[in-house]
Amino acid sequence: MTQGSSAVPRASIALRARAQTTSAHLPALIISAQRLAAMVAPGAHGLRRNGPGEDFWQYRPASQGDSARAIDWRRSARSDAQYVRDREAQSAQVVGLWVSSGQGMDYAGAASRPTKADRAHLLALALAMVLLRGGEKVGLLGQPARAGRAQADRLAEQIVALRPAGADGDAPPDDALRPNQRLVILSDFMDDPAWADRLLTRAAGMGVTGVLMQVLDPDEETFPYHGAVLFRSLSGAIRHDSRDAGGLRDAYLARLAERRDWLRSRTTGAGWHFGHHSTDQSPAVALSWLYQVLAG
Amino acid sequence: MLGPIGFAAPWVLVALIALPVLWVILRAMPPAPRQVSFPGVALLRGLIDRVPIARRTPWWLLLLRLAAVAAMILAFAGPQWRPTVAAGQDGPLLVVLDAGWAAAPDWPARLTRAEAAMNDAAATGRPAALMLADGRPVAGALAFAPADTLLARLRAAQPAPWPTGLPDDPAPALEAVPEGQLQTLWISDGLDHPNRAAWLAALAERGSVTVVPPSRSLRSLSLRAGDTPSLTLAATDDAAYTVLAIGPDPQGVERELARLTPGDPATADGISTRPVAIDLPPELRNRITRFQIEGDSHAGAVVLADDRVKRRKVGLVGDADHQAEGQELLSQLHYLRRALNPTTDLVEGSLGDVLNTAPDVIVLADRVDLAEADDLTAWVEEGGLLVRFAGPRMAAYENLHLEPLIPVALRQGGRDIGGALSWGDPRAIAPFAPDGIFAGLTPPDEVAVRAQLMAQPAPDLADRTLAALSDNTPLVTRARIGQGQVVLFHVTANAEWSNLPISGLFVEMLDRLVETARVSPAEQAADDREQPFWTAETVLDGFGRASPAEGLAPVAAADLALGPGPERPAGIYAAGERRVALNAGAPMALADWPGATVEAVGGAAGRDLRGPLLALAALLLALDALGSALIARGGRAGIAAALALLLVQPVPPAGAQDLNPDLIRAANDVALAYVITGDDRVDEASGEGLRGLSAVLRQRTSVEPGEPVAIDLDRDDLSVLTFLYWPITEAQPLPSPQAYVRLNAFMRSGGMILFDTRDGDIAGIGGPDMSQTLQTLAAPLDIPPLAPVPDDHVLTRSFYLLSDFPGRWQGNPVWLEAPPAGAEAAEGVPFRQLNDGVSPVVIGGNNWAEAWAVDDTGFAAYPIGRGWEGEQQRELAFRFGVNLMMYVLTGNYKSDQVHVPALLDRMRTEETLGP
Repeated sequence: MTQGSSAVPRASIALRARAQTTSAHLPALIISAQRLAAMVAPGAHGLRRNGPGEDFWQYRPASQGDSARAIDWRRSARSDAQYVRDREAQSAQVVGLWVSSGQGMDYAGAASRPTKADRAHLLALALAMVLLRGGEKVGLLGQPARAGRAQADRLAEQIVALRPAGADGDAPPDDALRPNQRLVILSDFMDDPAWADRLLTRAAGMGVTGVLMQVLDPDEETFPYHGAVLFRSLSGAIRHDSRDAGGLRDAYLARLAERRDWLRSRTTGAGWHFGHHSTDQSPAVALSWLYQVLAG
Repeated sequence: MLGPIGFAAPWVLVALIALPVLWVILRAMPPAPRQVSFPGVALLRGLIDRVPIARRTPWWLLLLRLAAVAAMILAFAGPQWRPTVAAGQDGPLLVVLDAGWAAAPDWPARLTRAEAAMNDAAATGRPAALMLADGRPVAGALAFAPADTLLARLRAAQPAPWPTGLPDDPAPALEAVPEGQLQTLWISDGLDHPNRAAWLAALAERGSVTVVPPSRSLRSLSLRAGDTPSLTLAATDDAAYTVLAIGPDPQGVERELARLTPGDPATADGISTRPVAIDLPPELRNRITRFQIEGDSHAGAVVLADDRVKRRKVGLVGDADHQAEGQELLSQLHYLRRALNPTTDLVEGSLGDVLNTAPDVIVLADRVDLAEADDLTAWVEEGGLLVRFAGPRMAAYENLHLEPLIPVALRQGGRDIGGALSWGDPRAIAPFAPDGIFAGLTPPDEVAVRAQLMAQPAPDLADRTLAALSDNTPLVTRARIGQGQVVLFHVTANAEWSNLPISGLFVEMLDRLVETARVSPAEQAADDREQPFWTAETVLDGFGRASPAEGLAPVAAADLALGPGPERPAGIYAAGERRVALNAGAPMALADWPGATVEAVGGAAGRDLRGPLLALAALLLALDALGSALIARGGRAGIAAALALLLVQPVPPAGAQDLNPDLIRAANDVALAYVITGDDRVDEASGEGLRGLSAVLRQRTSVEPGEPVAIDLDRDDLSVLTFLYWPITEAQPLPSPQAYVRLNAFMRSGGMILFDTRDGDIAGIGGPDMSQTLQTLAAPLDIPPLAPVPDDHVLTRSFYLLSDFPGRWQGNPVWLEAPPAGAEAAEGVPFRQLNDGVSPVVIGGNNWAEAWAVDDTGFAAYPIGRGWEGEQQRELAFRFGVNLMMYVLTGNYKSDQVHVPALLDRMRTEETLGP
């Protein structure tokens, strides 16, 4: 830990800077109007604009259309004009982010490409920044969600500090779901995806919706191998010895498509969204897709 | 023996039988499959290969491996091409081995040759003796013993870092020679040495002498001291060799500092001698610790640098700098110090103190009537170089004609040229005489002399003049006194009488003068009296490698003069503060061998084939590795690897960075600059705004800026700019870390950034404003503590008197560097003495660019307020711009103006009090 303590802040600053460039072109995201309309529970989270809420927001001069009841007499008594006391609009919307830290994520098919984990971290933090700019509460799944600019720093540190799990894949904790939450799940879904099914079932029961995004390396999408190859998963748990890897390509691609169809049908069934992203594409593409899906 | 090839260990060849077995084993083992880490392997689980392909090692790879193994087996069998079979002889054997530095280059070959002779003698049972000719005296007679007992001594022998030497008289050493025809093998270094002829004669008398000449040519390097030390390269062949100058680089890492090319050779008696001039800048020369012939590793090829090639010690004597810090530019010593410091060791103090440190050069700046004149004269006569500078004090000295140590008689008073009350223009310097010590230097045109001390006409004046003005009056004169010299500059060493001291020529002239100072004579005179012994500090071994000296007795100064020898190896010797190098390299003379058999060079031993065979095996194995990689990586990658190995990648030449032409223009005339934000509308406004402000500055002030320059922080160099306008937009990307480094350097070097958050209309009422973005952008900058502009800040009166700084908006505070905490108003002055410099940032939100902006037709591009009031505000915005530019360009000059009445007052007082 002594080693990590100095490396983590530097890494988190670098991650933050990259996420900032990725998210710079998107205006602040306020989660879809429909969701906001459905909010009932008053929360402690302000939207940085006036509206129904508890906290003081601003005094403004009374204008036509303000009822006499709205006027704050105590403030108005200090001057000649009449002032209205505005309150801050508040929402209870919370976004939970979860990035798989399975060992399979720590893979890049070529040195020129980032690993899948790097890309997923970048996407998660960039999305968090867009959301924070919109005044939403964001947190890693299982950690308290907070609003405000400082949360971006905190998230960056938490994301960088994520340690790879021992196995090839990992799953989000089952008990971390809360009502009135939106979830963004970033993983490669290469391992046994039964946890996704469980998660979706629980989420549907709680009325939680969200997005599953599959982050893959181009090598995993195209399978550019041939000849005698001994495939090993990154943790070394699974091996597959092939004498003619080129002949396996079609079967592999079919299985990948099948996996995606299964995930897509499950997510749409639960009212979620499913997307996939390849690390040779610009992260901005995936980010704007997430933006659209969460906003729409 | 197979034809011309013989084997040292033929039984190893039996291993060749194993090759067919190896063939079968290798063929049965296919190359391992490629290992790939692949997260998608879960999806592959249970899939079966459609066409499994069996793999076998290809035949060419097998052949390669077998050939490699066969080459290794052959190599270990010790093959030799035409091995020598020694002819049988009887009688005792004497091996004379020259063991001076000249034997070091092919020392292992010499040992091998001697060892072969010893082995032969041991095989035939002949007694043998070994005579190491390393100059050490031989005690008693040479002891003859069975040859194999001498091998240990032979192998332990090392070449000495001094010349080969033999005992004076061969007779006592040869007393104990056993019966029989003495056979002598003389392994010579090819050079003549004292006593060699006597020994050769004595040995030839007792039997046959076979001489093994050196297998390669020999070179030596020696230092020729003098006014300008140079090196001499002597060689036994005609080829030109480069001499390396080696020393610590600025990082302290020992490396090659320069390569010296020898001049034309002069050949005498088979030895060619070439002069090597040490023509290096003094900074470089002072760092050199040794000179070495490139590619030669023996003590004679190394010249260690000592005080003779090193920096001179210069004593500076002048008025102490008790003036205020800011007035050091008036001090004569300041210019001398700056000119001499890089190349010399400076000593400062009174003349007595300086003389005690035994300097090589003493510089006197405008000093007359010296108390220590006698000591100084004695020092000059012993070889010191005294450089004097004229000055007002010397000009006013009444007894100037009596002053000792002046090269030419001087007229009292000097003369002024080109002053307000004198005729003529300041004089330039005449070209230097082509044979003088300043030959080759070019006086710059702009150097001019306004005042000088004139010399009395004298017949020897022309001879003593080293440099003159364009009217032939002397500028620098020199006289030799005893072994030393006295040089007088007829001007001051500061910029009062001429601008010579602030030109590069001054430095070059002083360097040339200091180089002529002689180092040695004064010191050697001191040697015998004070330091009779020298202690070795670093010594060389025979191969020219330096090591710290241990266990060596101090050497008497008289012995040191004899050159290196057994008790005084070549190296650096120290006595007190002084260092002297004892170098092994010396003039060479070729040896001749009357009455002896001289072996043909390289004809003795058979040619060893082991090395080439091992190299072949290694090459084959490397090819095998490449071939295996080729198979394992499935073709393309392997070929790429092979190509990468074979091709040396040419490094793309580093091109000069593309320069923004606008920046080149900005370097020429003052140009206002703005930061490109990426928002087209804002960038256009910035450009138009600065153009408008530039037009106003041209109309109203003497500042005449050119077109504004757009700056891309990530690419452009800021060093030529003075003022940067930086509007803040929300979508602005963060500049790169390099850009921040440049920005910080820009601010430290006097540049100013005007941050404009452009939100003066909305800031401060609680809505979202640019403050967060500004904080993000400016966080990595070195910004001092800030404060709103105080009422008495110079910005409020640097051109116009202003109380507010409106732009398109108004009424917002403008922030800049906070005034120092203790600033207080002087009496009678309406404002405090604030920052003694320019604030590196000004921050505000009044959107000045849009207020200044004019479109192409010259009309205001953005409306301000309403009607006349708005125009008034625009005018004030322009006035702020003018004030700001004045502040940027002139600093606190306007603040200083307030002292003018006080200064005038003081001058008046001094006038009334003075004479």
